[in-house]
Amino acid sequence: MNSQKEKNLTIKNMVKTFGKVEVLKTVNQEVRAGEFFTLLGPSGCGKTTLLRIIAGLEIPTSGNVILGTDDITSLPANKRHVNMVFQSYALFPHLSIYENIAFGLRSRKINPDDIKRRVEEGIEMLGLGAMRDRMPDQLSGGQKQRVSLARALVNEPDILLLDEPMSALDAKLRAQVQEDLRRLQRKLGTTFIMVTHDQDEALVCSDRIAVMNEGQIVQCGTPEEVYDYPCNKFVAEFLGAANMIKAKRGTGGVETDIGFFHLDKMPDWSEGLITIRPEWIKIRETEPEQNGVLATVEDSVYRGTNYDLFLKPGNLRVRTSAYKHFRTGDKIWLELTAADLVALGE
Amino acid sequence: MKNKQILWRGEMTTKATLFRKGLAFLSGGISWLLIFLILPGLLFVGVSFATRGDHGELLWKFTIENYERLMGFSLFGWTPDYLIILWRSVEVAFVTTLVSVILSYPLSFFIASRPAKSRYVWLTLVIVPFWTNMVIRTYAWFYLLSPELPLAKLAIALGFIPEGTPLYPNAIAVYLGMVSVFLPFVTLPLYSSVEKLDWSLVEAAQDLYSSKFRVFRQAILPQTAPGLSVGIILTFVPAMGTFVVPDLLGGAKYMLVGNLIQQQFGSSRDWPFGAAVSLGLMILTMISLQIYSRKGKEIEIL
Repeated sequence: MNSQKEKNLTIKNMVKTFGKVEVLKTVNQEVRAGEFFTLLGPSGCGKTTLLRIIAGLEIPTSGNVILGTDDITSLPANKRHVNMVFQSYALFPHLSIYENIAFGLRSRKINPDDIKRRVEEGIEMLGLGAMRDRMPDQLSGGQKQRVSLARALVNEPDILLLDEPMSALDAKLRAQVQEDLRRLQRKLGTTFIMVTHDQDEALVCSDRIAVMNEGQIVQCGTPEEVYDYPCNKFVAEFLGAANMIKAKRGTGGVETDIGFFHLDKMPDWSEGLITIRPEWIKIRETEPEQNGVLATVEDSVYRGTNYDLFLKPGNLRVRTSAYKHFRTGDKIWLELTAADLVALGE
Repeated sequence: MKNKQILWRGEMTTKATLFRKGLAFLSGGISWLLIFLILPGLLFVGVSFATRGDHGELLWKFTIENYERLMGFSLFGWTPDYLIILWRSVEVAFVTTLVSVILSYPLSFFIASRPAKSRYVWLTLVIVPFWTNMVIRTYAWFYLLSPELPLAKLAIALGFIPEGTPLYPNAIAVYLGMVSVFLPFVTLPLYSSVEKLDWSLVEAAQDLYSSKFRVFRQAILPQTAPGLSVGIILTFVPAMGTFVVPDLLGGAKYMLVGNLIQQQFGSSRDWPFGAAVSLGLMILTMISLQIYSRKGKEIEIL
C-alpha cells in the first residue's frame, strides 16, 4: 500500500448554514485511512452537504477539513485528490465510456501511455470491456454506475466519495452492488465515504457508520455497535425495527408495564425507554426463569423467510419473528434476555 | 398492393389514404412557401440574368454581366470593390455574432441564477428593446454617442477623436449598434439551454481536476450547444444582410452588402445587379452556415 492512502480525514467543528437554515451544526468526525465509512440518515439531515464539503463542491460556513496533515478547507474541488461518484452518475453524454473514464487523467495532463494503462486497468477492474466504445445513453443504470466508479477510481484518489450510489438501482441489483462495493473497497484499501438513507446498505458495506440527524452525528461506530447498542430512540428506529418499552429504573433492572426486567447495563436515567430488536425476543413454551412475559398473538404475517408476529403482552404492542405459525389469540411466553435489552439515552 | 390495409396509430387505413391526408395537411404551408418564397425566388434568379435598360427598366435579355460585375470585372478592368463589400459583411456578421455570444454567456448564467420570480423581470429587460423600432433604437445611439455625453468625452480626453465630434460614424459605432440589436437573439435561446443545465456534470468536471476552461469546454458547451446554435444562426444570417445600422452609424463610407442591395433596388434602379448581389449574399450565407455546422460538430466531438 502506498503512502498516499495513509491519510486520515478530520472534520473539525464543521458548520454549514444556507440562509437561516442550519444544515450542519458543529460536526466533528475522524475518518480513518482505508476504512469504508458511511454517513447514514434521513433526507435533510445534512449528510450530502457534509460529503459535498469534503469534495470541495460546497464551502463550509465555518470549520475545517483536514486530509492527512493538510488543511484543505479552501482548496477548490479540482485541486483535491478526492473523487466522487455522483447520485445521477453525471457521465459526460458526449464522450464515450473510455473517454469518460479517462477524463480526470486527461485533465491532469498525465502522459498518454499512463492514461491508457490506467484506463484499461479501470475497465478491467469493473468489467467494462465490452462497453468501452459505447456512449453513456446506451448503458443501463448499473453499468453507468460502474463507469462512474471507474472514472473516479482511475485517479487513485485519497478518498472516494459515494453519494447515494444505489438509489437509482432496483432492489435485486442493489444487493449485488452492495457486495461488489464492499469487495472493491477491501481490495483497493482506498478510503470510501458513502452517503445513504438505506440502513441495509450501510450495515452491509461499512466498517463504521455515522448516524446523522438534524445536522449532527448522533452515533458513530461499527455496524454491530450502532445496531446492537443504539444510543437513543432515533438511532434504534432508523437502523431497523425496534420495540420501545417505557421503563422506570429499579435495582438491577427496570420496572415496566409488563413486568420487571434485569438489565446488563443500567441506564443513567430514572425514567426512559428500553428497546429490543424483534429478532432477539425468544419464544418459549413455558415461563422462562428471568425476564419472561406472557403475550397474546395479535397477528402473524408470513414473509417467506419467517413470520412477523405482532404480540400484545398486556397493553403494549411488540413485534418479533418466528419460524412457525401461530394463530391469532394464542398465548405464548416471551424471553427478553438481559443482554439484548438496551436502555436508550435521550 | 397499393391499397394494402395498414395499422397507423390505432387506425385501419391504406398508404394511399395516409398520403392524401398528409398532403391535405401540408397544402396550406406548401402553397404559402410556393407563392411567397419559391416562385419569387425563381423570379429573382431570372432577374439576376436580365439586363438593365438605359432608364433603369428591366429588359428580359439574358446576360451574365451582373455576376461578372459582382466578381469585379467591368469595362475598365478588375476591381475588388464588391468582393470587399461582401467580405466585410461576413466579417461584420462574424464579429457581431462573436461579441453577442461572448456577452450572452455571462448574461444567461446571471439570469438563470436569479430566483425564479425575478428571472422574468431580467428576461423582459432583454426583450424590451424589441418593443421599439430598430431605426429608432439606432438613432438613440446617435444621442448616446454625441459629443456632450460621457462616452464621447472619454474618447476625446483619451485623444481618439477631435474636440466636439461625436463617436460616429465609425466601425466601433456600427458594432455597438449591431450587437445591441442582435444580443437578444443569442441571449434568449442560450438562456433556454442554460436554464436546463445539468449542474452535476459541471461538478463532475470540477471533481475530475478540470481547469475552468475545461469545465466550460466539456460540461457547459456541449449542454448549451443547441441554444447556442440557434442564437448563432438567428444572428449571423440577418446580420449579413443588415443595412439600417451600418448606414446610420457607419456613414456612407462603411458600405455592407445590405446597403449595396438596397442601393441597387433604390437609387441606382438596377434590379438585375441587385438580384445578383442578393443571390451572392445567399450563397455566402449558406457556405458560412455549412462551415459552422462542420466546425460545430468537430468542437463537440473533441
